[in-house]
Parts: sequence; C-alpha cells; structure tokens
Amino acid sequence: MRQPDFRTPAVGTTSIELEARLLRLWETSPGLKGFLTSVDHKQIGIRYIVTAFIFLALGGVEALIMRLQLAGPNLTLLTPAEYDQLFSTHGMTMIFLYAAPVLSGFSNYLWPLLLGSRDMAFPRLNALSYWIYLASGLFLYAGFVTGNGPNDGWFNYVPYASRDFNPGLNEDFYSLGMVFLGISTTVGAANFIVTAFRTRAPGMSINRLPIMVWGTLTASVANVIVVPAVSLAFFMLWMDRQFGTQFFDPAGGGQPLLWQHLFWIFGHPWVYAIVLPAMGMVSDGLPVFCRRPLVGYSLVALSTVATMILGFGVWVHHMFATGLPGLGLSFFSGASIVIVLPSAVAVFAWIATIRLGRPVITTAFLFFSSMILLFVIGGVSGFMTASVPVDWQLTDTYFVVAHLHYVLIGINVFPVVGATYFWFPKMTGRMLNEQLGRWNFWTMFLGFNLAFLPMHLTGLLGMPRRVYTYNDYGGWHALNLITSIGAFVFAIGVLLLFVNVLRSLRNGAVAGKNPWDAPTLEWSVSSPPPPYNFAVIPTLASRHPLWEDRLGNEGIVSNMDRGMLLDEGKETIATTALDAAPDMVLEMPEDSFAPVLLTLGLAVLFVGLLLKVWLAVGLGAAIAALALLAWFWPRSELRERTPAHG
Amino acid sequence: MVEAALSKPENLPVGPIGRHGVGWWGIGTLVVSEAALFGYLLFAYFYTGATAPPGWLLEPAPRLTLALPNTILLILSSVVAWWAEQGIVRQRRPQALIGFGLAFLMGAGFVAVQWLEWRSKTFSLGTSSYASLYFVTGGVHVAHLLVGLVILLFIFGWTALDFFSPRRRLVVSAAVLYWYFVSIASVLVFSTYYLTPYLGFGQ
Amino acid sequence: MKSSPLDYLNNAAGPRAQSILPLTWFTLGISIVVCVIIAILLWFAVRRARQQDRLVEMRSIPVERGGNGIRWISIGLIISAVPLAATLVWTMLTLAAIAGPPAHPGLILDVTARQWWWEVQYNGLQPTDVFATANEIHIPVGVPVLVRLHGGDVIHSFWVPKLSGKTDVIPGQTNLSWMQADSPGRYLGQCSEFCGFQHAHMQFDVVAEPQADFDKWQALQREPAPPPVSPEQTRGLALVEYRCGLCHRVRGTAAGAISAPDLTHLMSRRSLAAGTLLNNSGNLVGWIQNPQNIKPGSQMPNQYLSAQQLSDALAYLESLK
Repeated sequence: MRQPDFRTPAVGTTSIELEARLLRLWETSPGLKGFLTSVDHKQIGIRYIVTAFIFLALGGVEALIMRLQLAGPNLTLLTPAEYDQLFSTHGMTMIFLYAAPVLSGFSNYLWPLLLGSRDMAFPRLNALSYWIYLASGLFLYAGFVTGNGPNDGWFNYVPYASRDFNPGLNEDFYSLGMVFLGISTTVGAANFIVTAFRTRAPGMSINRLPIMVWGTLTASVANVIVVPAVSLAFFMLWMDRQFGTQFFDPAGGGQPLLWQHLFWIFGHPWVYAIVLPAMGMVSDGLPVFCRRPLVGYSLVALSTVATMILGFGVWVHHMFATGLPGLGLSFFSGASIVIVLPSAVAVFAWIATIRLGRPVITTAFLFFSSMILLFVIGGVSGFMTASVPVDWQLTDTYFVVAHLHYVLIGINVFPVVGATYFWFPKMTGRMLNEQLGRWNFWTMFLGFNLAFLPMHLTGLLGMPRRVYTYNDYGGWHALNLITSIGAFVFAIGVLLLFVNVLRSLRNGAVAGKNPWDAPTLEWSVSSPPPPYNFAVIPTLASRHPLWEDRLGNEGIVSNMDRGMLLDEGKETIATTALDAAPDMVLEMPEDSFAPVLLTLGLAVLFVGLLLKVWLAVGLGAAIAALALLAWFWPRSELRERTPAHG
Repeated sequence: MVEAALSKPENLPVGPIGRHGVGWWGIGTLVVSEAALFGYLLFAYFYTGATAPPGWLLEPAPRLTLALPNTILLILSSVVAWWAEQGIVRQRRPQALIGFGLAFLMGAGFVAVQWLEWRSKTFSLGTSSYASLYFVTGGVHVAHLLVGLVILLFIFGWTALDFFSPRRRLVVSAAVLYWYFVSIASVLVFSTYYLTPYLGFGQ
Repeated sequence: MKSSPLDYLNNAAGPRAQSILPLTWFTLGISIVVCVIIAILLWFAVRRARQQDRLVEMRSIPVERGGNGIRWISIGLIISAVPLAATLVWTMLTLAAIAGPPAHPGLILDVTARQWWWEVQYNGLQPTDVFATANEIHIPVGVPVLVRLHGGDVIHSFWVPKLSGKTDVIPGQTNLSWMQADSPGRYLGQCSEFCGFQHAHMQFDVVAEPQADFDKWQALQREPAPPPVSPEQTRGLALVEYRCGLCHRVRGTAAGAISAPDLTHLMSRRSLAAGTLLNNSGNLVGWIQNPQNIKPGSQMPNQYLSAQQLSDALAYLESLK
C-alpha cells in the first residue's frame, strides 16, 4: 500500500500499547548481531565512554612509567628510544583517543535526550564514527605494542619524522592511523551539526539549547573545517616517507614549517574542541547543584562561539620561536591575549551561579566547581606564554607541560568525572557511591595539584621538556620527585573512579527518573531511558522544562505528557534550525551491518597501506565499496525512493 | 491559569521531499570538509612557493592547451548534471538518463586528458616540492572525481530502475551537489597551478 | 640547593634576557594574583553550601532565579581587561626592542645544530682565521653577538636562558639570534626542540670573557694542532688520523672529516659530548671506548680499542689544548 507523502502526526498521551509498539520498533536485536549492528545512540555513547576511559587508563600507565624514570636524575629504567615512544604515545592517547572521544560519548548519549528527540540525525553514521574510532585506536596501538609506536611527540615535527631520521614503521603507524581516525572525527562532527540544527523537539529554539549542545556544536563546526588540515599533513608525511615526495624536505625545496602550520591550524582549534563541550557540561550540571539557572546563559553561549572563532586565529603561538617576522608574531600574540576574555566569561558566570544560588555539596558538584580554579590556573599560564618574549623563555620547558595538563585535566578530565557522577544514574539507573566519590575527588584533586603545580617552577628553573633524563640542577630532583609522587596519588584517584563505577553498576542505590531534581528533558524519562527515549515528543517552552513550576514561565509551560506520537514506523521529528518548528517526519534506519563492514574494509585498506601490500588495499577498498553500496542503496521505508509500482 | 504548550503540526512531509531533508545538510557538511581539504592543499602550494627560492616553478609558463579545455569540460559536465537532475524534477526520465550518462562520459574524459597531460610532464612525483604538490593536488582531485564517477554510475542505474520521482530524489540532488563541488575544485586547482604563475607568483 | 644553570627567572646576564625578565615577573605576578582572587571568590561562594554526609533530598531546596549575575560577568571582564591590555602593550614594546638583530654586531658566529652536538664556526678576514669548534662558544663581554643558525639535520633550538630566549634551528633556512653578556661568566645553553634520542644531552657553554682574554682564546683556537713530541703521541696521532679522522677533524693533520666535532683544541673545552661529561682523562677514555653506554643512540660508534691504543690516543688528544 502506498505510504502518503504528507501526514498530520497523531497527537496524544502515552499508553502501555504505545510504549510496547515503540519498543518493538526501536529496540536493538539481542546478542552479537545486535552488538555489531546497533545504531542506538545510547549504546554508541556508552561504548565511546568506556573505550575512552580504557585509553585514559593506558595513557595514565604510560605516564606513570615515565614519572618513575624521571623521579630522579640520570636513572636508567628506560632507554631513550623507549622513553620517546612512551611520551609520544601518552600524548597521542590522551589527546586523540581519550579527550575527544569521551566528549563525543557523552554528547552522543545525551543529545537526543537533551533535545527531546529519539535519536541523532544519522544513526548509522553515528555507529560508523564509533567503529572507526575503535579500529583506528587499535591500529595505532598495534604500533606501540610492537615497538613501533609514534616517537616524535604528539605533534610530530619534520624533519625528525621523515624517513631519513626515523626509518622504522613508527611514523607510518602514526600517519595512517591519524588519517583513519580523522574519518571518525569528521563524520561524528557532521552528525552533531545536523542533529543540532535539524532534530530538536518543537519549541527548543536556539536560545534554549543546553550549553553542552552549544559546546559540542561549536567544536564540531571547527572540526569539520580543521581536521582536513592534519589529515593532509599526515598524508603528505606518509607520501614523503614512502613515495619520495618533497613536501617537507628542504633538499627538494620542501618546507619543514609547512608541517607546523598545517598541524597547528588543526591543533589549536582542536584543543578548544576538547574543552568547550566539557565546559558545556559544567554549565549544564553546576546550576543543578546550585538550585538555580546558569547566570548569563546568552553570554556563555556566545562566548563559546567567540572562543572558537578566535581559536582559529592563534595557531602561530605554538611557533613563536621559529624565526617568523615580528609583525606576524605581534598579531598572533595579541590574538592569544584577547582570547582570554571569552574564556573569562564562563569562569565568572560559574562563580556567580554558585554565589547567587544555594550550593549543595555532592561529588559531581566538587568536580564541577574545582575545575573552575584549575581552569584559571591553566588559563593564566597560557596567558603568560601568549606574550612572545616571555614565551621565548617558557616554551619547550616544563612550564608548558604544567600549562597543558592544567587545561586538559582541569577543563576536560575533571568535568568528565563530574559528568560521570551526574549522568551515571541516568545511564544505568544506579547512583554512584557518594562516600567513595569524596575519596575519589580529594585523591584526584590533591594528587593532580601535587604533581603539576610545582611543575610550573620546574619549567621556570629551565628544565626542558621531552627529555628522558636530567642532571640535578638546583631543585630539579626534588621537584621531579614531588611530581612523580603526585602522579601516583592522582592515578589512585582515577582508580577509585573505576572502582566506584564497577561496584555501583551492581550495588549502587537505585536511581529514579530525576535523582538530582534537575531541569532538563533527559530527567523526564526513566533511568535508563527506553530505546525510543520519549513515548510522546515533548514541546518546549523554556530552557528548564522541569523547573517551570518553580521558576514560573509567563503562563506557558513545556509539555512532556501530550505530544506527537510518531509511532507509524521508526520515526522522529525534524524541526527548523532557529525556532525549532516541526517541518518533517524523519524516518530512521534500522540496525545495520554497513557501518561495521565499512570499518572492516577501511581497516584492511589501511593495514595494506602500512605494509604496502596492495592486494589488501584493493580488498579493503572493495569491502568498503560494498558496505557503502549497501548503506546508500535507496530504500523506500526511508523514503529515499518511490515505492515499487504494484 | 498555566497553559501547556503543544505542537500539533499539520500535513508534514514524511521523509525527504525534493532537497528538503537532513541528508541535504549531511552532504553539505561533507562538501565543506572536502573543500577545506582543497583549501589546505592550495595553502601548501602558496606557502611553499612564497618561501622558496627563485626557480621553484618547474614550469614558469604552464601550457594551457590541455588544462584549460579540460577544466571547461568539467564545468560543462556540471551544467549537464544540473540538466539531468531537471529530468528527474520534471519527470523526464530519458533526459535524466542521457544527462547522467553524458556527465559520466565528460568526467571520464577529464580523467583521461588529465592522465595524458601528466604523462607528458618532464618531472615526476619526487622531483621537487613543486612537482609533489602538483601531482598530489591533482591526484587528490582526480580521486574525488573518480568517486563522483562511481556515484554517477549508480545514479544512472537507479534512475533506470525508476527509483526517483520529483519528490523522492534527495540522493540525486546530493550526488549533483557533490559533482558541482568537484568541478569548482578543479577551477580553483587550475587557477592556482596554471594561472597564478602568469600573475607573477613563484617567479 | 645549587641554583639551576638554566634558570632565567632569577637573574639575566645580558640585555636581551634582561628585557624579558620584568615582563616575565609581571605576567607571573598577575597570574598568581588572579589565581588567588579566583580561589577566594570560589571559597566564599562554595562555603555557603549545605554540607551533609548523606545525599540531601535535592527537591527540598528551593529553586530560584535572582541576583544580578550579569554584573559579576561584566565587572570580571572589565577588571580582566586591564592587565591583559597592559601585557599586550608591554609585549609589543619588548618585542620591538629585542627581536631584531643588532645593527652593529661585534662578532658574527655560524652555529650549525646536528644530532646531538653544536658546531660553532668563527669567521675572519683571512681563510686561516676561520675555525670551528664544538659545544663551546666564547664571546667578549659587553659586545652584541649575532648568531646565524643553520640546521644540519632536524629541527633543534638554540637557547642560553641567562642571555636570550629560544630561536629554532630549522634546516633550509637561516634563523638569526643574538646575545650579549654584560658580565663575565660561563652560561649554559640547552637544545630546546625535541630532536631525537639524545635531545636530553645536547648542551653547550657560552663563555663570556673580557675582550683581551677573548682575543687570546681566539688566537689560540686559530692555531693548528701542535705536532706530537713523544712516541705515544706519534702513535696516537696515527691512530687519530686513521680512525677518528673518518668523522673528526684535527687541523694540521690528515684527520679532516667534518661530520663530527672539530677536535683541534679539544682540551680547551669544559665538557665532552655536548655537556654530557666533564672533560677529563677518565671520561675521555670512557667516551672514546663506549659512547653508546653513556649517550645511547649517539652518532659515535663504540671503538673497541686495545689498552695500548687507548693510552696512545689519550696521550695525543691531551696535547690538543
């Protein structure tokens, strides 16, 4: 029977029959098949988070081994070659395999729930972004465990990365692995952009979006624009190494600084992309524990976008010592100083929210509020390096190592742990243990500061970074020992988080729909939510639907009880970009093998490129092509083609 | 009295109608990303050329005899692709089939001519940074074009199977948008490598 | 606690580093003050919190909007803008003062950075005035010195903290740095861009001495190696020419390769292997015989000399003052 091209969606309230019907339409098949084919954003989100935390642990162990080597002068626990692979793999793991994916995981899980939708705009693309992340992470680690890990730092400057100086497979693993991972980042970003603009609940106008959505959206727009720069850089490096091109070799007219420009044009926006979503989580979570809406929502949303826009114009501050002309240096120095201002907006908004609210100490609150101080410490050390002459002394010393750990751990890890305590009940239906949570927090907080606060001094006393050992110049030994001890304390703190998670999965207190009495839509459904998220599509009237009874909203409130049913298939609603007025019924795809098959094909292809086995490259390409064909073959149930004539 | 908001839209399209659908935003995002890739390739050319000593241009006066007509060929193929999509929009299947087939042939012709031109060059991939940039940029463009050819092939086949109607044709519009992008990219690559030397760059 | 020879915060020995020092202290001071203020604000905001040992019933705490939160943001921004603007202006002024090389340098050096040592070439009006040394730079006090930086293999970075900020050494281009020491002394330099296995052991000394002493040093360095006087030294010279000469140069002998440090006046230098070892007999022997043990990955292979050969080599090398 011909399906109509237009339809007025039925509107009603929930019922047992409706929920049963939606469950049949949306639930993933059980077992291995379901695991491989699922397109459910909640499952994908949790996979991202779990995988990212595993990489966090791996990267942490790499750090601890390095700190053992550096605990005293002239120790011989590690050879220089081993040390170089450890510090490079540690950086790569944390920045690429933990920091961005964990935020993708939280965003993936939460966005449809925050936005009042039933899934992301492109569920199969969502699955693909996870599988490629996993495959490229394994590809990169295959290098490391075979003694061929990256060894030139995470930013991998040429000429040291070129074949003349680095003949092994190390740099080929890194180059190809990063191009592979870049596909995941790009498609994931595309999914977030389209979801944010097109699949929100009716009434969720652009000024009602949770700040986390602003953060991830901003980061995704940036990623779509800058990830090609680093993918190109790594591709060119691989070409130089394997096919004799002369992109970076001065002997052939190549330009070593081209690498640095391409890398940092990507790299600087990237570091904002791995903190802005986390700042958004703080902006959404902290107010719940202050029992009031965020102070300055519009300013915070705008400052998120402004930070990223300015973030495109500061990349040369990583290159201040490379001999560039003074005019260029001045511009980038100025931009790097100015960018402090939009970041400051968030800090003052958060402090004001706490001050003007009624703060409640929970573990989540401790992580969300302490990060403000860590953010500022990281921010001011960045401000110092923004001044070119000062940077000429500070750069490439442990001062920068202290700075980057304060911004990354302070503005990514601490918010992520806070987010874990905050949203774990929603994801699992259980509360994390609060007492263990306090131990978790204080160990992490004290251990982190013990490790990294003195490190500023280590750098000011001239200790260069990326050295496998050092002499005991005035104070270096004592400072390094303190840092090493702090690192181990911090690691114990992280371990306590894992213990809390594992124990609470089984024995945690049962959480209801809304254990924190929080205001946003995800807290209006069960914990964990059903596969379809919302039985009826909600209609929004404010930023805080579940607090409207207490805040008042000029007579009109959001509606979570009555709305569009959209139960005639696997359906959700698509809305306009700014005002979120409904404009289309969106038919969603079923579970599919295509994403995992495409990933398999690409993995075979990249391994073939790495080992220069062209048969594998061809085979991988063929598998990938078949998977793409299966994916994009027009289907009538998705309304991609006319139904077959009768 | 507090009133609960309620969205009760009427007569909504089910699935994508014409170009209106989330898939259009998806292909748009992909095109932006790939366009950025070409942007960085051209940046690499201008940066390397600007910081290189004189003599960097292996061809100070590049011959336009093959490259210019070839670029025009690809631009025309975009016009043909537009015309082919119009065949779907106006329910004239023969027009669509002829159009997609012709666009495919023109694109394939571009690749053939490009191959001939590369073979005629006196320099190869590893000769110098200019040579590497020339071949890799051109190669990345041809790779995108080959993907476009495969896509056109399937669009042709699916059109022949009568999959599309004026309403249900988003994948066709997406494919044509991608084809436009590949043509515009060729104009930018052509202008950079073949025209800017005449304007004084890299001399 | 000995002071760190790479410390640039507590003293600066020349105008280029001295110009940076107050700005560094200023930004450091601002940074510390800001952190303290934020910590205090945070403390006062948080300490009003309800403390409880079991999870409080969140619903029992009322939810209210209120207070002029925007004022916090605007006041915070205005206050932040002041030190930012001051830093911006001071940065530009300092950059203008110290970035460019001196108009009239008293000395021009060519430094080539290689994995993992520093080749230093002094120039002169006549070819016989040109000489190269390694890992130790002498300069006269009070004279601006222009350093031309050449990349020999990968990117390195030239840094003498007490005299000047860092300048990267990049193959394919010649970067310029300059320094001036206003008081005599020995200032340590360190490579500061990761350059491979032995980046950690790539140091150099800058010795600033009065002009007269500098002239004497330079005159000595220009001399070729003295001829051997004893049988051991003669055998040692033959060995050095035959073996070491594959990579090293000793001016005035047949050892003429330039891929490793110039040894003509080896004993005039403080350290061996770019700051890795102090230059004395024991270390020299240990270095020659087994460099891979001391600086694994370095370009110098283990020599496997017999005891007699070692002693002869040492006898000759120790004459290269």
